[in-house]
Formats: sequence, structure tokens, C-alpha cells
Amino acid sequence: MTLLQVNNLSIAFGGLRAVDDFSLEIQKGELYGLIGPNGAGKTTVFNLLTGVYKPNEGIIRLDGEDITRKNTIEINHAGIARTFQNIRLFHQMSVIDNVKVGLTERFKYSTLESVLHLGKYRKLEKEMDEEALKLLKVFDLDKERDVLASNLPYGKQRKLEIARAMATSPKLLLLDEPAAGMNPNETAELMETIALVRKEFDMTILLIEHDMKLVSGICEKLTVLNFGRVLKQGETKEVLQDPEVIKAYLGE
Amino acid sequence: MTKKKFKDQFITYGIVIALYLIMEILMKTGNLSSHLKGLLVPMTYYAVIAVALNLCVGILGELSIGHCGFMCIGAFASAVFSKLTQNTLPAAPRFFLAFVVGIAFAALFGFLIGIPVLRLKGDYLAIVTLAFGEIIKNVINAIYFGVDSKGPHISLNNVMDLGMEPDGQVIINGAMGITGTPRDANFTIAIVVLLLSLFVVLNLMNSRDGRAIMAVRDNSIAAESAGINVTKYKMLAFTISAAIAGAAGVLFSHNITSLTATSQYFGYNASIMILVYVVLGGIGNIRGSVIAAAILYLLPEMLRGLNTYRMLIYSIVLIAMMLFNWAPAAIEWREKVAHKFIKRNA
Amino acid sequence: MLSKAFLVPYLQIFVGGNMSFLIYLINGLSLGSIYAIIALGYTMVYGIAKMLNFAHGDFIMVGCYVIFTICSTFSGNTVVGLIAAVILCTLLGITTEKVAYKPLRGAASPLAVLITAIGVSYFLENLALLIFGADIKSFSSVVSWQGLSFAGGDLKIQGVTIITILSSVVILIVLQLFIHKTREGQAMLAVAEDKGAAMLMGINVNKTISLTFAIGSALAAIAGALLCSAYPSLSPYLGAMPGIKAFVAAVFGGIGSIPGAMIGGLVLGIVEILSRTYISSQLSDAIVFGILIVVLLVKPTGLLGKKIQEKV
Repeated sequence: MTLLQVNNLSIAFGGLRAVDDFSLEIQKGELYGLIGPNGAGKTTVFNLLTGVYKPNEGIIRLDGEDITRKNTIEINHAGIARTFQNIRLFHQMSVIDNVKVGLTERFKYSTLESVLHLGKYRKLEKEMDEEALKLLKVFDLDKERDVLASNLPYGKQRKLEIARAMATSPKLLLLDEPAAGMNPNETAELMETIALVRKEFDMTILLIEHDMKLVSGICEKLTVLNFGRVLKQGETKEVLQDPEVIKAYLGE
Repeated sequence: MTKKKFKDQFITYGIVIALYLIMEILMKTGNLSSHLKGLLVPMTYYAVIAVALNLCVGILGELSIGHCGFMCIGAFASAVFSKLTQNTLPAAPRFFLAFVVGIAFAALFGFLIGIPVLRLKGDYLAIVTLAFGEIIKNVINAIYFGVDSKGPHISLNNVMDLGMEPDGQVIINGAMGITGTPRDANFTIAIVVLLLSLFVVLNLMNSRDGRAIMAVRDNSIAAESAGINVTKYKMLAFTISAAIAGAAGVLFSHNITSLTATSQYFGYNASIMILVYVVLGGIGNIRGSVIAAAILYLLPEMLRGLNTYRMLIYSIVLIAMMLFNWAPAAIEWREKVAHKFIKRNA
Repeated sequence: MLSKAFLVPYLQIFVGGNMSFLIYLINGLSLGSIYAIIALGYTMVYGIAKMLNFAHGDFIMVGCYVIFTICSTFSGNTVVGLIAAVILCTLLGITTEKVAYKPLRGAASPLAVLITAIGVSYFLENLALLIFGADIKSFSSVVSWQGLSFAGGDLKIQGVTIITILSSVVILIVLQLFIHKTREGQAMLAVAEDKGAAMLMGINVNKTISLTFAIGSALAAIAGALLCSAYPSLSPYLGAMPGIKAFVAAVFGGIGSIPGAMIGGLVLGIVEILSRTYISSQLSDAIVFGILIVVLLVKPTGLLGKKIQEKV
């Protein structure tokens, strides 16, 4: 069953066509990789999928619903959550509060109840705490629940960002270079985490990555972008053996 | 809420109550000069507006240098209400309603001003809050408002222009402001208002809405992609902040007999003074704002004996404290010293 | 110069036979020129140090008191006073930056340096209060020229008004040439754009920032002399409001933009004088600030400001 369907997506900045005629189809439960040289337009695709940019042309469908013209907030509510290439945590907030921000839309009580701590406040806060802790446990962050996000080591910050994204209970998770800046040990741990997220939450994941070991290790399918256009699409093994792809990566 | 946060809140309320009790005991035993007695209510409303401004600057993360404008609106709206109902309502319910009116007006203006202001960023936002603060002050200075048997009259020219019947009463007399507002405020009520403001802000910080506001502060792009409606929560925090500033204004206008919209109390300089309280008390540290406001308000007043030197000393202390607290070199030095100290004692 | 015979009928068509509008317009232009000179300094300092220098207005005041002191106490002439004021304000600007602002570069919050600037502002105001007292002193104009008279005496333009407008134009041209034609000017542009990159390119960032403060403060001294010549009363707080207005002018024109500061200053001065005359003296400041708000809502970075967008 198709979860994400992107047809002929294009965007130009000034004269530059950053993404050109990009199409993609992701099935439910797949772990899909988006790779390509620097400046190929990978992050721009993420920004288009999450409504940061509006495409000039093309259609994006999530679970059959057209989300092309929706803004970032609506797209999150529709079911896409993401992480960022340069980690964007709520750095002055505790680890658990970072995750609870992600739970905001799922556990609703009014502003008055927020201010007075009455009504549904106690019950829902307790539920939120439980839910957040459950998530933190999955990511092995439960011991750091009250640590400020900015005080976490780098690898854990990456994990927390994924945990926060998962808190919004998405249908599709976008990971923008999750292994960037990680040492081999941390990368290996991250691969386990991603595998775990897939298993625990039955999650569909689209990730951008440079680390070929990570990509070939966990992704089932790949799309290779070059100069904003799709160079190759298909099963990971096939794609990575493609001479054109090798050329784009290694140069001539 | 974790136990630590709960304890933190308890300490904050405790400090305010302890301060109140000490002052009350000093007053009852006649150990407080009349000069100092007169400073208690202002000290408290400055603490209230400092809490309000910290909600805006520290929790929402947007620099406002026009918050005294909201205080001004709260002061004038409530004073007009109290003047109008002076002869019809008994003091207690009248003062309570004056708070409702003052807070409601300040919140309304906070909301209306927030719509354009919060679209801007950083220093542009700051300068526009300053502009709005000055506009509020200037417009109030130009308003003439009176009531007679035929109803309310308003003018921007002069009293004669109101064209009132002989039975009319001038409420706002242009730059002369409002005179004869009932002096309903006292230290006890002021402290209650401060405690309520703290209750609102501290509770908010530990709630769904408060977390969303802080998320917007820390990273608005990440907040959006986590489904947080950035505009909504910015507006919410700004409006609540304005409302609390309005409450400080109600205390202000009901603590003096003659209320004028002067620069000294409502101009950008006054707003900056509050900002100094907030920054020295710690950005985002609500308890710090209360303590800083109390100390920094009383300090120059206590130094009156030094007369002309006091503000000079104050300015030097301010610069020195900022350098000591914030300069990267000073922080490094402090850490080094602290490290040595710990080593020696270990 | 245009002959009277040509100018008068033209002016009379323009203002319907009444000279007063034109006089107010010229007064506005003159006040606007003063705002523009201050705003030029403000916008340069902001562009480079990225800080709201709340003490900038007080440098104006310092300049005025220096001229006043030299002219009255040492009975020196005004030119000597003006030169002394420029030198002293320049030194003051450099010192302030070194002592109070530079240590806070790289502080965790941009508010730190803002509050320090406020401290400097309090310090200068209260120092002046201590030395000169709170009473308002009268200032003798640095411009002794009586000015020009047109239309048979109906239209008199004071010497100080003409000098003020001309000074601002000269300053604008000199600044533009300095920034675009000299190495130091180019260095300023580079530092304003990206401090780190400028440093890597071998630009002495500290020196460039010092130079910017020096120029900004010198301009404040000149603006002070002109301001006090047009409105000859001295008080320790005289610089605060013009300082704020000039900052508004700089924001209005697009902060960091030299032509923007000039346009912003002129527009603000003209709007202020005209609204004070024709609408309400009470509301003129409100109108000035109102215009700033409207401009920022339409163009959030000012008239000539660059658009900034955060990269995701």
C-alpha cells in the first residue's frame, strides 16, 4: 500500500531549479533512502515534503490525502514528522519536555486549565509523562529525562530529536542525515535505533544519508538525486551498483 | 511536574510571603519610615510587571521595550472605571472590577498589538514595541474624556471641545491625566496580585501551553515541524504578559491621586528599567525577576542620601554586573576560580 | 542660485500663496537632516556590532556640553568647540566600545550588551547631571550666518537650517565614498556581512569595529552641534529622544543601509514637523512611530533593508 506518493515535484530559486521533476513512491513500512552528492537537493526535497517550501509544480500525497499546499504545522498533523541536518532541539528545555512538546497535539487541555492546573491538567499531564517516558525508554534516554537537552552528548541529541518526532505519532518519519557528525560506534548504535523504531512502531522511514555503510545496511530502496533530478531509483543493491551512480559519487 | 519544579515554585511563593511578613512586622512595630512605607506598593507592582516582561522576554523569547505601555493602559482603563463608579459601588467590589477592566483592556491591546508585532523578528520587533509604547503614552496624553447626563464625550483637542452639560465630569483631562482616583491599593493587595501573577506564569510554564511557548522560543522551525502553532502560542504568551502588566497598572493608578501618562513612568525609559530588572534577575528566571525588581527598585531609593551620586553609582554597578555576569572572559575566570576553590576544599 | 523672480511664483503655486507650509517643510528637512546624521552613525554601528547602542543619543549630549563648555568657560570660538567635541566624542565612542561592549562580544544573550549600553547611557546622563546640573543651559549657535531671505522677506531661511541640510548631504557623500572607495570602508562592509569570514580574510575586525564606533560618535557630535544650534537648550537628557528617533529612522530606512538612514531621517523629520504643525503637537511623536510600524509591516526589514531568511 502506498503511503507517500510524490509526482513531478519542482521548485526553482531564482533561476536555479533546485528540485526538478522529482517523483517518489514509498510503501507503508518501507525504509527508504534518499542519497546524492552535496547540493543535489536532498534537504530541499524534505523542505518541500514538510511545507517549508511550496513547490512550483507537482503533487504530494500522504496516505491518499493531497498535502501539497499545506503548511508545516498542518503537514505534521497530517502525519509527517522530521529531524534536521543541524540538530534543532528545544535546547533550554529538559529531555522529557522536548518529547512532551511533540505530544502537544495528542493530549489536549485548555489554556485556562494550563494556567490554573485544574480540570484535565493532572490526568493528562500524568498520561503525557507516561507516554513520554515510554518513548524515552525506547531511545534509552529515560535516565536523562530531566537533563537539559543542550547538555546531552551529541549522539543522544540525535536520538532525542527522533524521539520528539515520534511523539507526534507520524505515519512517515523523515530523517535528515541522522548519522552526520557521528563516529562509527555511534552510527552503529543509530542503525539499531532506527531498526528498533521500525519494529516497535511499524514506522515508514525516509532518510537522507551520506554514510554508505548505513544506507546499504538498512535501506531497502534508494533514490539517487543529482543536480535536483532523479538519477536512479530502485532496490538498494541495484542502485549502488549502477555505473552512473558510482560516477556521480566518485566523479570521473 | 517534577518534585524539583514543585519545590522551586514553593520557594518563590515563600520568598514573596516572607518579604510581606517582614515588611508588615516592621510596619506594625513602627520600624519602617514613612518614606519606605510609600515604596512598598510601587516595589510590588514593579515586581509584577517584571514577571510579565520575563514571560515575554524569557519564556517567549521576544524582546519588548514597550511593556510600560500596557501598564499605562491598565492604569488608565481601571482609573476611568473607578472614577465612574466611585459614587455607585462600594470600595471592595469596585476595586475588584477595576482589576477586571484594567486587565481586560491591557490584554485586548496586547492581543491587537501582538498581531502585527509578532510577525517581526529580533530588534525590529523590539523597536516596534517601543514605538507602540510611545504611541499609547502620546495618545493617552492627547485624550480628553468626560461624562455628563447625555453620556460619554471624547475629544483630542481640549476640554471645551467635549461640549459637556454643566453636570458633566471630566475624567481624563489630556496631559493632566486623571485626578482623584480612589486610593484603593495597599501593600497586602499588591502582594496578592504579585502572588497571583506568579501563580499564572509559573503554572503556565509547567503546562502544555507553556511548553509550546518555550519550544517556539528555543527553535520555532522545529516547533512548527512538531505541529506547534507558532503564531497562536506567541500571541497567547504576549497577551497574557500584557494582561499581567495591566494588573500592575491597576495597582499603579490606585496608589496615587493624580495619574498622568508621563515618560518617567510609561515611556520607553521606564520599560527599559523593567528590562534591566529582568536581565539582572535572570532571563527566564521568574523568581529572579521578583528579587531583582525589589532590590533594584529600593536600592536607588535607599541611596537618596547620596543624592546626585546615586544614579551614577547605579549605572556603574549595572555595567560592572553585566560584564561580570555575561562577558565570556569573566565567565571563564569565574569558573577557574570556582574550580580552584573546590579543589582546595576537596 | 535661482533668481527670486523665478522662484517666487513657483513657490506660490506650490503652497497656494502661503509661505508657511514651505517654511515648515524646510524646518522638517533640517530636523530630518539632523536625524539622518545621527541615524548614519547608528546604522553603521548596528550593521557592524549588531547591537542597539542605546547610549548613542547620549554622545550627542556629550558633544553639546563640550562645545558649550569651551565656548562659555574658555571663551573659545565655536569652531574650536566643534573640533574639540568631535575629537572627544570619537575618543568616548572608542573607549566605550573597548571597555563596555567588546568584552560582551560572544555573550550568551544579545540582551547583555543591550543592558550594558543602557548602563552607559545612564552613566553619561548622570555624569552630565553631576557636572553641569539639571538646569537647562542656553546654547549659542555654532552657525553665526543669518541665512537667506526670499520673496521680499516672506520666506526667511535661517543660516543654521541651510548649514544643517548641506552638512547632511556632504556627510552622506563622504561616507558613501569612504565605504565604497577605501580599504577601511570595504573592511566595514565585510565585517558587517560576516565577522568570522572577514577575520579569515585577514581583516582586523577589532580595528574595524573601533573605527565604526569612532565615525558614529564623531557624527553624533556634529549632529549635537547642529541640534543645539537649532534648538538652543542644553540638558543632560537632550540626546535621548533624538537618539531614539534616529534609530527609528535607521530601522525605517533599513538598518545597515546608509542611503536608507538618510531617507529615514529626512522622512521622519518632515513628518514630525508637519504633523506637529498641522495635526497636533501632542500626537506628532505618535504619528512618527506609527509610520515606522506601517513601514515595517509592509517591509519587515525597512525600506532599503535586505531580506533575511533562516536556512532550514
